[in-house]
Amino acid sequence: MLAKGQPAPIAGADDEPFSILADDGTIRPGTRAPEIPDEVARRLYRGMLQVRLVDDRMMKLQRQGRLGFAMSSLGEEATHFGAAYTLRDSDWIFPSYREPGVFFWRGYTLKDYVNQLHGNAEDPIKGRQMPVHHSANWLNIVSISSPVGTQIPQAAGLAMAARISKKDDCALVFFGEGTASTGQFHVGLNFAGVFKAPCIFFCRNNGWAISTPGNKQTAARSIAIKALAYGMPGIRVDGNDLLAVIAVMQDAVARARAGEGPTLIEAVTYRRGGHSSSDDPSVYRDPAEPKQWEAKDPLERWRRYLETRKLWTQELHDQYTQEITDELMAAVKRAGDLGNPPVESMFDDVFSEIPPHLQEQKAELMSLPRAKPQHGGH
Amino acid sequence: MPVWNIIQAVNDALRIEMRRDQRVVVLGEDVGKFGGVFRATTGLYDEFGPDRVFDTPLAEAGIIGSAVGMALYGLRPVPEIQFADFIYPAYDQIVNELAKFRYRSGGQYPCPVVIRTPYGGGIRGGHYHSQSPEAYFAHTPGLKVVIPSNPYDAKGLLLSAIRGEDPVIFMEPKRVYRAAKGEVPEGDYTVPLGQAKVVREGSQLTVLCYGAMVHTCVEAAQMAEKDGFDPEIIDLRTLLPLDAETVLTSVRKTGRVVIAHEAPKTCGYGAELAAMIAEKALLSLEAPINRVAGFDTPFPYTLENEYLPSPDRVALAIKQTAQF
Repeated sequence: MLAKGQPAPIAGADDEPFSILADDGTIRPGTRAPEIPDEVARRLYRGMLQVRLVDDRMMKLQRQGRLGFAMSSLGEEATHFGAAYTLRDSDWIFPSYREPGVFFWRGYTLKDYVNQLHGNAEDPIKGRQMPVHHSANWLNIVSISSPVGTQIPQAAGLAMAARISKKDDCALVFFGEGTASTGQFHVGLNFAGVFKAPCIFFCRNNGWAISTPGNKQTAARSIAIKALAYGMPGIRVDGNDLLAVIAVMQDAVARARAGEGPTLIEAVTYRRGGHSSSDDPSVYRDPAEPKQWEAKDPLERWRRYLETRKLWTQELHDQYTQEITDELMAAVKRAGDLGNPPVESMFDDVFSEIPPHLQEQKAELMSLPRAKPQHGGH
Repeated sequence: MPVWNIIQAVNDALRIEMRRDQRVVVLGEDVGKFGGVFRATTGLYDEFGPDRVFDTPLAEAGIIGSAVGMALYGLRPVPEIQFADFIYPAYDQIVNELAKFRYRSGGQYPCPVVIRTPYGGGIRGGHYHSQSPEAYFAHTPGLKVVIPSNPYDAKGLLLSAIRGEDPVIFMEPKRVYRAAKGEVPEGDYTVPLGQAKVVREGSQLTVLCYGAMVHTCVEAAQMAEKDGFDPEIIDLRTLLPLDAETVLTSVRKTGRVVIAHEAPKTCGYGAELAAMIAEKALLSLEAPINRVAGFDTPFPYTLENEYLPSPDRVALAIKQTAQF
């Protein structure tokens, strides 16, 4: 068991997730909360609220046939912000596909976000990938990949490179508990352990990999405990407790910067929505289960915490909601009006320069009649 | 000018580039103190230290996956995969990640990693130390595929590859690692990617080959020459991007084509060459295109000399094609 009251314990991988905020938003007795300045505490609230509002709207657009695909982070927002908040801008983030909050925290605009989902002419990745596969090199956030886990050894390698370059930057990599079953998880953590890479492995254990529950992924009693096999500390944290996530991340970042190597964090949370817009969880799980997790909602818990600090009012919430909604609706309208990326751009970025065989194929495509535009974005 | 073998040439290229560019790092299994199982990284650890030349855990997906991360940070990793036969655990990292990073990020993330790997048969290595997997990579948009046949090209092509902005699969013909010797300038020079080389001029037919097969084809040409045949031999050097112009110029001149490679025939790189020639120079052809390739079996151990295209087999193909 974790000793209650320890400042963000980092050694061990106990069954009981480390927590600071009680469900009612009060600090658990005997725990030491990280100090969050007032303005930052409000920004974190606004950020989580933004993810929630954006997810809701994108899912509706998908249902209306205006987007090909969407994903929701409902109930997991604290993991995005608790992790991203503790990093410097020069640190690197390798997201999985369910952490839009890390993009927003670093300044990815709603325009960027919505344009990517539309794959339109202003999509930062030029319509190259289906919705949710963002990439923002100007924010040190790496392109998202669908095959789960490939980002894990890459993050380890980037952290190794920082160390080789004598910089104290670190890498943060997200993945789910299902991904902890992959060989890439093993390979990435093993490399990072051996090279003492300044890498933070952040597992969002949300209980479900599409329809497969966590107990079908591993016989180990936690994900965090696997850290022992790689010679690094592992810790379970309440992923719906923003303060606790911040606390364990701060410790992990400090270790990484000090040259003490990687950390595995298992944030225990719950995927209250489906895997994606293509999923129907009612087929495979008891609807009472997500209902139970509503009581642990990270946004509501943070709201109550802000109330204890007299930082939250209904007016402020309404103001944030209005601002975000206005910005979002403007971005959606604009995204729908923008056309596709130019046809000839299909041949850019395969290589640094277009080689002869692609020049030839490009000329062939441009000489053909244009294909019918696709509906619903994709 | 020193006479070196391919290993010495590769080693020299790595040393030159590591001296010139601090971003270049070498990683892989046994590449450090030991200098690699084929000795291609000999002495680099002593000169550049453990931060730039390092042994990794035994996991190819980790070698390539971590190299990708290093490239994203701005380094120029040159990972070694000890045998091309061992590259498949890294296949996803190569095909879905390394090859696609630039494209899938809309040009945000170039990923200049050069993967060196010894390939090919003829060393009594059996299935797991003899394969020629070049077609898998030539089929993957975003990868360049380079296969030198001699020390001069090995050095110049490797320097070009490391200085380029794209991921490269650099396959080294291990059967002739030490046997292929030649003069190699000591200093810095490059051989551009995407340029084939006519290694023997001839009028009667065109032989297309690369890597260790170049030596087989030269030997075959010498045999055929005695019987009065006059083949032109082209060493492709780069499979992707292919120097189609040099190939087509020769084919238009000779009207006859023999293609030789060690990899299995079906969907081998020769199939692409044959299709390209048929598309662009069909009316120049006076004989069927003749592919001399590995058979469509797994690479056999005891019977490897029956499996591999031999000078005799290539010479026979030259004669048959010339006389068709």
